[in-house]
Amino acid sequence: MATIIGGLTSSHIPAVGNAIHNKLFDDPYWKPFFDGYPPIREWLDHHKPDVAINIYNDHGLGFFLDRMPTFAIGAAAEYRNEDEGWGIPKLDPFPGDPELSWHIIESMVADEFDITSCQELAVDHGFTVPMQLFWPGAPNNPAMPRTVPISANTVQHPIPTLKRALDFGKALRKALLSFPKDVKIVVMGTGGLSHQLDGQRAGFINKSFDQMCMEKIVTAPEELTHISRMELVEKAGAQGTEFLMWMMMRGALGDKVVPLEKNYHIPISNTGAGTMLLECAA
Amino acid sequence: MAAEPFDQHADIPGTTIFDGKQAMKGYALNKMCYSFNSAENRAEYLRDPEAYFVKYGLADDQKQACRDKNVLAMIAAGGNIYYLAKFAGIYKLSVQDVGAQQTGMTTEQFKEKLKRAGD
Ligand SMILES: [Fe+2]
Repeated sequence: MATIIGGLTSSHIPAVGNAIHNKLFDDPYWKPFFDGYPPIREWLDHHKPDVAINIYNDHGLGFFLDRMPTFAIGAAAEYRNEDEGWGIPKLDPFPGDPELSWHIIESMVADEFDITSCQELAVDHGFTVPMQLFWPGAPNNPAMPRTVPISANTVQHPIPTLKRALDFGKALRKALLSFPKDVKIVVMGTGGLSHQLDGQRAGFINKSFDQMCMEKIVTAPEELTHISRMELVEKAGAQGTEFLMWMMMRGALGDKVVPLEKNYHIPISNTGAGTMLLECAA
Repeated sequence: MAAEPFDQHADIPGTTIFDGKQAMKGYALNKMCYSFNSAENRAEYLRDPEAYFVKYGLADDQKQACRDKNVLAMIAAGGNIYYLAKFAGIYKLSVQDVGAQQTGMTTEQFKEKLKRAGD
């Protein structure tokens, strides 16, 4: 049977993609951020997951406002990134796992989560940047896991509640654990933490709120569900709502997790950047 | 039981909640910006911005905000920052440039403000 071995969180700021491209790992601006990753890569090297569920939010590449799914699940054999408007380098396709995708979709819908299935899905920086951080050279890394992308809407309100995000993760856990194949799975939650790009409040970052979230997500994720969506916008910034992806990831890990790695750095671009490795308790 | 009112948004200073109202108002502008994912469309826009505005059916305030490259005005006209970022990309404006413009700072001052958030 399938097992979930842990969860990874990462910011997915586009500028990180450029910094990787330009190998700025020891640059004083970037070093405190990049230093959070090697210990997690070692853990991945040791455990070699077969599948990475990549929970991210599309930023206007895969979806437009003409039809905006609240929760979308990829069901393709491979996923490609595309030009997001600034001519980013085209990566080779990321291998999918359609069999697992459809198993998740069946299970989630049976569990009354009405999701959108996607047989074609262009993936943006929200998906690719964390992949490149955890598996350097991705997708051309020999240990590259197969992937199922899951995107939640944080572009347009109403966005899902924090409770719904956590519950989504719990239903995802049920789906994954019932997959009848011996695969090791990691679940990624990408985005955040606090940032706001738009309005007179642009540049807003909230260190103490981010730190509280990084703590509670380990020990008491249920408590975080009491935060309303407007409160999340207020405290995490308009785009800090991406924390929902972390909540979805967390729900998939079960009750007890062990926080093995934790890194937080301000600023990367306009953002408080958080990185975590949570191992599922045996 | 009475239905909850449609607008349940908190009033957060300096923050526009991009909801259904904004999404309807900004549809043409955001659709134009979404088209900038394609390099071909970016080139077509740059050859004749005014013709491109007409092609996408922009309202007058949206056209003017684009001509002025005024991000706050684009947001007021229904623009969503994720799509506006693609417009900014055409002019090689970084998210710090965009932040600086909206807060009335130089880009250097804005970067300094971001750094101080870590203290
Ligand atoms: Fe993002």
